[in-house]
Amino acid sequence: MVKNGSLFRRRKALIKRATLLHAIRQFFNTRGYLEVETPHRIPAPAPESYIDAIPSGDWFLQTSPELCMKRLLAAGYAKIFQICRCWRQEEKGNLHLPEFTLLEWYRSDSDYRDLMEECEALVQSIAAGTGSGEYLSFRGQDIHLSSPWERLSVEEAFKRFSPISMGEALKNTRFDELMIQDIEPCLGREKPTFLYDYPAERGSLARLKKDDPTLAERFELYVGGLELANAFSELIDPEEQRKRFHSEEAYRRAMKKRPYPMPAKFLMELEDMPPSAGIALGVDRLVMVFLDAKTIDEVVTFTPEEL
Amino acid sequence: MYSSADLRKGLKIIIEGEPYLITWFEFSKPGKGQALYRTKMRNMITGIAIERTYRAGETFEPAQMDERKMQYLYREGSNYHFMDNKSYEQIVITEEALGDAKNYLKENMEVGILLFNDRAIGVDLPNFIDLKVIKTDPWLKGDTTGKDFKPAIVETGFEIRVPPYIEEGEWITIDTRTGDFSSRTKG
Repeated sequence: MVKNGSLFRRRKALIKRATLLHAIRQFFNTRGYLEVETPHRIPAPAPESYIDAIPSGDWFLQTSPELCMKRLLAAGYAKIFQICRCWRQEEKGNLHLPEFTLLEWYRSDSDYRDLMEECEALVQSIAAGTGSGEYLSFRGQDIHLSSPWERLSVEEAFKRFSPISMGEALKNTRFDELMIQDIEPCLGREKPTFLYDYPAERGSLARLKKDDPTLAERFELYVGGLELANAFSELIDPEEQRKRFHSEEAYRRAMKKRPYPMPAKFLMELEDMPPSAGIALGVDRLVMVFLDAKTIDEVVTFTPEEL
Repeated sequence: MYSSADLRKGLKIIIEGEPYLITWFEFSKPGKGQALYRTKMRNMITGIAIERTYRAGETFEPAQMDERKMQYLYREGSNYHFMDNKSYEQIVITEEALGDAKNYLKENMEVGILLFNDRAIGVDLPNFIDLKVIKTDPWLKGDTTGKDFKPAIVETGFEIRVPPYIEEGEWITIDTRTGDFSSRTKG
């Protein structure tokens, strides 16, 4: 017997993980996406109220490759994807690791609705390619993957599953709490669900809806109650983006968080960016869904505690 | 002081002056939203269970417990009497505060008494304890009904499920954390 029995028993999960990574690359390669790698260590993360970067010297470990990916879009790379490690301070739980793997992809001349379709195609193609077939068994439910998946607006989800409306939840600062306790567990049970059109303040890098600027063109993908991906129609107005960064950074500083410098090069190049859409999908969680795993710890080689 | 990021199952904290044990914990964070630390807790004095959700950056006072070795003397209604063998001081713990521990208390047994602000709020038992079976049905040899366990009553009056081969008068080892039969006591 080997000394590290729990690592030995993770073999099935690690093989599945490798298979999924291979299937993801195959999907994007056949669709004409360019695989890119951007630096993990960056001088200026995008300021976001509730996401904290881990300092690395005078710089930071990336919380997402988003800004570098958008600089590539702005420079004319129209379809790009990346699978990379990201770090977020103090995120540890059954569904969170401070170091985790994101898949991000971006396409120009597209919006968030195009990405919903591409999400469906990606997960269906992985399921077909890895022998899972047309449905996934996850958390005691059989989730059918056939198109179209459920599309539910955030406002409608509050009406359906929460005791108060989205507007009231925002006013009482109970939006996150109700989302976690009342809404998320009901999403993606029979088919995966796209929860879309978030309040504008919940998408600092997202484009607002033309016919209702209180809402952002953003969606999250849920499978069996688990949040798998977050997507936007990207904001491409540099002045608006600068304003939003300043307001997020002001909140961060008021909360006594470590200040970030403004991502100046990104803001300067943003005006070259064509209308685009981008998405981040948690690879560890995707593996969890395909393996019916209860915790994220089961699908990685080592957790921080095991090092 | 603990902060939200320290919360985990098994931690003991003070809420409104009373000690609570965290019995369930989950870190949650909706996309782009704030971190929420969800807990279920049990009041260590009253036994009442509550659910609380906290945000990042909240602070908690640790519930400091002292432990004192004492001898269990006797029960009087729902009051259980214990004595410190050195000072001969006697204390009373109620049935509610004892919780499942009452199932394993035998007269003259030495246990650790948990004290919070000098108030006795529970006992700390060994993980495994040996007790004598005082009543159980005999094992019918050749019984092939496939029943794996049968009820038995041990000397404290506690009813437990045991394998069919355990007979009256035998000693068994019980896991006090789960209340389950562990093995026939050796020796």
